[in-house]
Amino acid sequence: MPLSASEPYDLAVIGAGSAGLAGAVTAGELGLSVALLDTSAQTGGQFYRTPAPALGAVRPEALHHDWSAYTDLRRRLARSDVVRHLPGHHVWSVTKDEEEGAGVGAGDGLWAVHAVTGADGGGERPVRVRARAVLLATGACERQLPFPGWTLPGVVGAGGAQAMLKSGLVLPGRQIVVAGSGPLLLAVASSLAAAGAQVPAVVEASGYLRYARHPRALATNPHKAAEALLHGAALLWHRVRVRVRSAVTEVHGTDQVEAVTVTRLDRDWRPVPGSGRRIVCDALAVGHGLVPQIELATTLGCATRPLSDGTRALTLDDLQETSVRGLWAAGETGGVGGAQLARVEGELAAVAVAARILGRPAHGGRVRELGRRRDRMRAFADAMAAVHAPGPGWPRWLTDDTAVCRCEEVTAGRVREAIEDLGARDARTVKLLTRAGMGWCQGRMCGAAVACLAARGQPAEPPADRRPFATPVPLSALAVLDAPDTPFVTEPEGSADAPGGHTTTASGPDASPGDG
Amino acid sequence: MARTPAELVGAQPGPPFRITFDGRAVTALPGQSVAAALWGAGILAWRTTRGGGRPRGAFCGIGQCYDCLATINGEPNRRACLVPARPGDAVTTQEGHGRAALGI
Repeated sequence: MPLSASEPYDLAVIGAGSAGLAGAVTAGELGLSVALLDTSAQTGGQFYRTPAPALGAVRPEALHHDWSAYTDLRRRLARSDVVRHLPGHHVWSVTKDEEEGAGVGAGDGLWAVHAVTGADGGGERPVRVRARAVLLATGACERQLPFPGWTLPGVVGAGGAQAMLKSGLVLPGRQIVVAGSGPLLLAVASSLAAAGAQVPAVVEASGYLRYARHPRALATNPHKAAEALLHGAALLWHRVRVRVRSAVTEVHGTDQVEAVTVTRLDRDWRPVPGSGRRIVCDALAVGHGLVPQIELATTLGCATRPLSDGTRALTLDDLQETSVRGLWAAGETGGVGGAQLARVEGELAAVAVAARILGRPAHGGRVRELGRRRDRMRAFADAMAAVHAPGPGWPRWLTDDTAVCRCEEVTAGRVREAIEDLGARDARTVKLLTRAGMGWCQGRMCGAAVACLAARGQPAEPPADRRPFATPVPLSALAVLDAPDTPFVTEPEGSADAPGGHTTTASGPDASPGDG
Repeated sequence: MARTPAELVGAQPGPPFRITFDGRAVTALPGQSVAAALWGAGILAWRTTRGGGRPRGAFCGIGQCYDCLATINGEPNRRACLVPARPGDAVTTQEGHGRAALGI
């Protein structure tokens, strides 16, 4: 906690999932003052998403793996009097004030983390948190590839179904097909089945045998194989059939899902003609892997690296620092690798930040050990990305009237027209010609698909999107930034019990958290 | 074997309460989001799109996709998957951009 109103935090952590929690509590234990900002009312991120306390879940762990790792982090957060948890804070931008010399090194400047508050950011109360260093732990969002019927109510993201189950204890239907690609599908299917849904099939576009091409990554990460076995056993127990090298290529129904067509795929994910089979269901949970959520970093000019699954992650050094000094990242922002890797990286980043701020070298046994574990799990993450990379043939699922951009209702036909007739070669040009990606979600749902289509069967250059606003911001929140006399506003309900006990946060320009 | 998500986690929620969806009574549990309460009542769509007037509901479930926008107590464009349900909330189908009341 900053000692006085004008003093910034040592570290602002954005995201209270596995990486952010580990980073925040570790940094706190090393003596730094930390602000931990998160959109949600509760810690845990998506992996450890839990029912709201009012739902009175006696066994929340029934929906989770590795639960004790989370309860340990939560306990360390509750015990800390220097880590301040700021729930309901939607960060829309991170900026740097070069003129102030109080940063991580002489002349480094201070970071300002801009957020709006409220359950969905609609609280319209702007908050600015200033800090000497920033740790980005913003996780990932689901990658979606379009197919005919995917906008029908009852079609939900695989991660979306999981999220709604974990937080609200609800299901989108009784018979739920789970489809797409990636290890998340097995976890989703086993938790839906455990919660009472019938899962007629899990439909995986890749083949699990592809993991055999990465023997070293498999051998050094036995916990991953154990996890897969656990899910496999759960699916066997619930008599869920897993179909590999197949995809849902059409959803049937007028107002809601009535059935899906599952088609076999060749090795390039091209549908095999005549192999379609109809499966009756009332919901479809679908996802084709995860995309690192890195827009706060790319807007600041951080370097990125392409991953073998066609997404893009932040380029990080051995101690988790981005290419921009003073800005660290951990977890899925550096490539999707799971909660365990995220915890290790969060801890490693915190050790590095503490060393920088306290003016000590970052080495020693702890750093070496964390680095070794990070490298081992990163190798598995890279293998996983390669196994589940979408094949070049998936656009053959699309008909001309299939919606690609859900927000702006841009069809595959219009995207193809922009590419074939108007010469668009990248997602940005397609966007300018068709409005695909210009709606509410700013391309988060359709960006990967549009980039892939624009590449016309060649490997797509993953877009490193620069979005000055990472979340929609009311104009009134922006107006306040230039109003010097804005009164301080008290914290929203629910955060007054944050560790540390400060019950107000300053808003408006030139104000630090802890004011008031 | 659990038959419902609530059984699976041994949920012991406080007393359920009512919200309305387009005037119809819907039962919500304390702690549920508006979207979760609607799913719990078997309602999967509560918005129609600007262009085609197509039905939409919650898709990503984590506030990323904006498919779940709803008009809640007269205020349009609220992300129903994030907003907690409160007793007496009036949720109405959001049509188009949700600003019909302004006449724009």
